[in-house]
Amino acid sequence: MTAAAASLTVVETGPLTTIQDAGRFGQRALGIGRSGACDRGAYELANRLVGNDEGAAVLEVTFGGLMLCADADITLVTTGARCAGMPHNVPLTLAAGDQLALGPPVTGVRTYVAVRGGIDVPQVLGSRSTDLLAGLGPDVLGAGDRLPIGKSTRPMPGVDLAAVPDPAPGELVVSVQPGPRRDWFTDQSWASLLKQGYTVNAQSNRVGLRLDGEPLERANTGELSSEGMVRGALQIPMSGTPVLFLADHPVTGGYPVIGYVVDHDVDRCGQLRTGQTLRFTTPGYTGPLLGRTPAR
Amino acid sequence: MRVLSSGSEALLIELDDLDQVLALYAALREERPAGVIDIVPAARTVLLVIDPAATDLAEVGRAVRQMRPRPNRRAAGELVEVPVTYDGEDLNEVGSLLGCDADEVVRRHTGEEWTVAFCGFAPGFGYLAGASGGWDVPRRSSPRTTVPAGSVALAGEFSGIYPRASPGGWQLIGRTELVVFDLQRDPPALLRPGTPVRFVEVGRT
Repeated sequence: MTAAAASLTVVETGPLTTIQDAGRFGQRALGIGRSGACDRGAYELANRLVGNDEGAAVLEVTFGGLMLCADADITLVTTGARCAGMPHNVPLTLAAGDQLALGPPVTGVRTYVAVRGGIDVPQVLGSRSTDLLAGLGPDVLGAGDRLPIGKSTRPMPGVDLAAVPDPAPGELVVSVQPGPRRDWFTDQSWASLLKQGYTVNAQSNRVGLRLDGEPLERANTGELSSEGMVRGALQIPMSGTPVLFLADHPVTGGYPVIGYVVDHDVDRCGQLRTGQTLRFTTPGYTGPLLGRTPAR
Repeated sequence: MRVLSSGSEALLIELDDLDQVLALYAALREERPAGVIDIVPAARTVLLVIDPAATDLAEVGRAVRQMRPRPNRRAAGELVEVPVTYDGEDLNEVGSLLGCDADEVVRRHTGEEWTVAFCGFAPGFGYLAGASGGWDVPRRSSPRTTVPAGSVALAGEFSGIYPRASPGGWQLIGRTELVVFDLQRDPPALLRPGTPVRFVEVGRT
């Protein structure tokens, strides 16, 4: 046993647990999107808290319910959606044979579990992320899966607790800027987008948030040729209600994009639950081509 | 050329037609502006995704406007021959849409010089454009819930091959045994932008 690599065993997965990292880069022209963790901020924090290399693979747990058994002594941390009854944003150690069970999250949807050393499954096209839309990457986790753990060369950061806010319950307000097809919609539609509160539909997933609300009217009813999309796009299909693209969005899409949620707000959208309200606002928007994006 | 912003980390370059897209894409492949991490050509647009730590949208917009497109550079790479059994469920329907019979559809499809214009929809799905420009086939009014892997299909001005079983609204004219996306191969996608393609009839049933 001494020479064997560390591993952990999945006892229960909850509704959906996948392996995620920073995603796939530079392959969109082949129809291969980025994918990766839905809440990138929480993902990066998790790796930092256990001294992992940037880009190490973690577990993305949807609505809690994950139960793990450590096959060796391991250090891990949970970030993102806080699960009831356990330390959060705090590194902890499990001895061989110890179990970790995540209850349902208090707020938010997605909890990240980073293990020191990273989840060391083979890469697929340069990433360990599961892309649920494209069907690429490791399989969705199942009970009984044994996950190898890699080695970290970095020291532990010496942080006992990261003070970051939990995902908010209730209403979320995010910044949006006009998208490339803003002119396919009437001015009333743009005003309506900014005025109404949208409700997150139960059909939402890693591909996107489906939002219920007043349908938006188009000024141009023509058919759009499919074009490249990025995370944060507010695509308006024929129904007139937006789909907000998240991590596993399609590389190209054929419906017009009225606006883009600014990148650092997309993480927070990825933590919204069915029934929560999402509003859009445009503070600080100064035009599409005005110099360097401010550091966040 | 219209330069549109697509969020804070991407520019969408809108062009008049597919030839302009391919000419700009050829130029971008040869001289990729610094800080551009992904380029997505499509039917009328090219999306440029940037690394905001390395550049900004204004700089990339300027670089693109100054580029000299490379026209007539559709084809790049080795010809891919696709053996097809032309027994698709929509073959006769496509014939009536194009005003000819099934034989003529097959003759035109195999006689056409196709080029992968761009990819999308699914990993390894190439949108093939014909040099003759004479293709205009509407999608099926109601998409199929499952289209088998290897299906050869038409929609709009494009032909395509389904890399794996998936839902789909394209008109099916045949099927191929050729595996167009294989993770064991490097690169996995056989049909990459610019690849010339020819369909070869190997049967009707």
